Amino acid sequence: MKVLQNFLDNVKPHFEEGGKLQKYWPVFDGFATFLFVPGHPAESGGAHVRDGIDLKRTMNTVIMALIPTLLFGMWNVGYHHYAALGMDVTFFEQFLFGALKVLPLVIVSYGVGLGVEFIFCVIKGHQINEGYLVTGMLIPLIMPVDIPLWMLALSVIFAVVIGKEVFGGTGMNIFNPALIARAFAFFAYPAFMSGDSVWINTSAESGQAVVDGFSGATILGEMANTGTSSYSALDAFIGIIPGSIGETSVIAIMLGAGLLIFTGIGSWRIILSALLGGAVMGLIFNIAAPYALTETQQAFMAVPFWNQLIVGGFAFGIVYMATDPVSGSQTNTGKWVYGFLIGFLAIMIRIFNPAYPEGVMLAILFMNTMAPLVDHYVLQANIKRRKKRLSKQEVGA
Amino acid sequence: MSDVIKIKRGVDIKLVGEVESSFAKPMTVKTVAVKPDDFNGVRFKLTAKEGDEVKAGTPILYNKDHEQIKFCSPVSGEVAQVVRGAKRKILEIRILADKEIQYEDFGAADPKSLPREEIVNKLTASGCWPFFKERPYNVVADPENEPKAIFISGFDSAPLAPRMQTLLEGNEKEFQTGIHALQNLTSGKIHLGLNENGPSSPFFAGIDGLTYTKYDGPHPAGLVGVHINKLDPINQGETVWTITPEHIVIIGRLFLEGKFDARVRVALTGSEVNDRKYHETVLGAAVKPFIEGNITEGNNRIISGNILTGTKIEEDGYLSFYERQITVIPEGDEPELFGWVIPKPDKFSISRTLPSWFQRQLGEVKYKLDTNLHGERRAYVVSGQYEEVFPYDIFPVQLIKAIMINDIEAMENLGIYEVVEEDFALCEVVCTSKIPVQKIVREGLDMMKQELG
Repeated sequence: MKVLQNFLDNVKPHFEEGGKLQKYWPVFDGFATFLFVPGHPAESGGAHVRDGIDLKRTMNTVIMALIPTLLFGMWNVGYHHYAALGMDVTFFEQFLFGALKVLPLVIVSYGVGLGVEFIFCVIKGHQINEGYLVTGMLIPLIMPVDIPLWMLALSVIFAVVIGKEVFGGTGMNIFNPALIARAFAFFAYPAFMSGDSVWINTSAESGQAVVDGFSGATILGEMANTGTSSYSALDAFIGIIPGSIGETSVIAIMLGAGLLIFTGIGSWRIILSALLGGAVMGLIFNIAAPYALTETQQAFMAVPFWNQLIVGGFAFGIVYMATDPVSGSQTNTGKWVYGFLIGFLAIMIRIFNPAYPEGVMLAILFMNTMAPLVDHYVLQANIKRRKKRLSKQEVGA
Repeated sequence: MSDVIKIKRGVDIKLVGEVESSFAKPMTVKTVAVKPDDFNGVRFKLTAKEGDEVKAGTPILYNKDHEQIKFCSPVSGEVAQVVRGAKRKILEIRILADKEIQYEDFGAADPKSLPREEIVNKLTASGCWPFFKERPYNVVADPENEPKAIFISGFDSAPLAPRMQTLLEGNEKEFQTGIHALQNLTSGKIHLGLNENGPSSPFFAGIDGLTYTKYDGPHPAGLVGVHINKLDPINQGETVWTITPEHIVIIGRLFLEGKFDARVRVALTGSEVNDRKYHETVLGAAVKPFIEGNITEGNNRIISGNILTGTKIEEDGYLSFYERQITVIPEGDEPELFGWVIPKPDKFSISRTLPSWFQRQLGEVKYKLDTNLHGERRAYVVSGQYEEVFPYDIFPVQLIKAIMINDIEAMENLGIYEVVEEDFALCEVVCTSKIPVQKIVREGLDMMKQELG
């Protein structure tokens, strides 16, 4: 520890003002503060003690909450791969296969994203912010496993530059950067982001072949086309279904949600109200199902509301994306409205427009735009109360 | 009988280093200082020179905008040094105290029989006026304003706060006389807030002229800001004055004895103090005699005031005008390897990302906290955090953001008139982004005052 500190102290002058590498101060600072929480004491006025939490710890907690979905996703990729090829292999082999498929995505996401972030910080002379640590983990988890790495890299660049840095960096962005990455990939390369062939890796080596009757469609894909699904609700709950890497297992997501809610990092108001919103919309569809125009749509609308909540990216979206405090509503009342509408709209988009079965992505992005408006009305209520008090007092005087 | 108001939002940061209930051996005060920085909204004019002989109550500064408001020496003696900073700004006026204090005579009088004008004159001439702080803006009160109410907090809920009963005991008559003087300054109520739980203060029983309200809950329940917000929030164009009970005692002495007798009691607190007792001293006293040889070795921070709102002073520094305690805690200037991930139990947190929360569930924990920020300043990311410790009908983050972008109208709409720096102290403590909230609030108040007078 002492050695490390001495090393940092030794190289520090090069990065300080007047040093040769002065331009790269943000990079040095980023690494140094990653290793050591700096010994910065409180200012001479103001509060003299501070809470032990900081943005690094906050982001780290979110990453820990993502770990169950990452691990499950890895196994699930391997499981479906071998199932598609009709091969019977051990749990460990399934996991290893998945890990080898997923890790490159994680590495590219972090490598490219942090690289862009470093470049921006060096150009602007800003400190490096922790925001990307979570975004970098989220992006691979909401992508199909077979997405080419260069597409992932492009999506990441788009997300960091257009989704975040143009607004001023972490804390200033309007949209959730990870969803921007997914939306970019979704609209730029639809063939790689939707359909029946992208969710399961079916790359066969010599002597292997995909089994007869294999379908790589997701539950939502099946439901949108036929109104029914070949997977049971229990499969969906556990997560043994095709889908984006991290989104399939409701159990893993619930573990993460538990950690986020317990630590207070993720807003329980948003998660709960989004669930409510989704359930209400699902119920409305259940009731309205007999009046549907086509038979497929009727069957899709008749899917029990609780089943709608456990398929697709709904659970993942409301737990990890809707709770992003920067792009979401910031007032407690606003959070209820914001969450509810996300759930409500997600199911609505999903059923009314089968071209976009991933309604939750669009619902969250849409509500990101609306969040400041929601907050505005919450604030207006407070302001009106204050003005009313004033006018009452003036009448009294 | 009094109403009880429940305060739900807030937090008590329990620290090692509470003051014992006994008094330390009396020490004669050798030097005192008047620090212009203690007072907000005043443009000072110095009237004393180095070498001048002064009495307790002799003006050494006055307010250029209200020339009748004098700032007086709390002791008699010799003006030893006028310490100036950048642009010749006056930082401290140090006075060497006599062994026997000589007092200026302002004449004893019964405040009940005096008109408001004469009471104001007496208070402004004797150096007692700065005890009144005015909201909006948290400045020394303007004698031309008539406040709609005066608020006094009868308990201190801040970490390691001294007990009001110990600070005041024995001064019942002075306090009552002071309240009589206050009654002449406002046609509104004089509110006294008491705590429903915690140490009682029999001192306040049987004082007439007060409207009592009890508060039940964690800090900031003891702040006058909370009391004002709950009972009689400030509207645009209104003013409210606040004052502490200790200072009312000094006002009482002025009317009873005709002199500016600035004796106060302070508590010596904090984990790094060995012998933590109450001290009898005067306003602005040097802290050195209290702490010399009485604090642990090592790098410590001496705070005039409590850990939430106090000011860092040096070992040869002086007690600030409005403070009632001195706190000494370790300075936190050591880097910590992977400090952002290791769940060390010695850190306080309202979040559950650290063991702190679990410990508190198991029983009362007292922390020994240092001054480290535990992170670096960032833009606002996390939301909903301030609201946990902010029991006001105000949106704290939105108000801070309005100040950051100098949006006067938004600040007004969001309630800047109702708040002062200390109301936001807990927000500053819990802030993930380590934003200097109190400083920003002060800037906002200064900006408003400049724009709107």
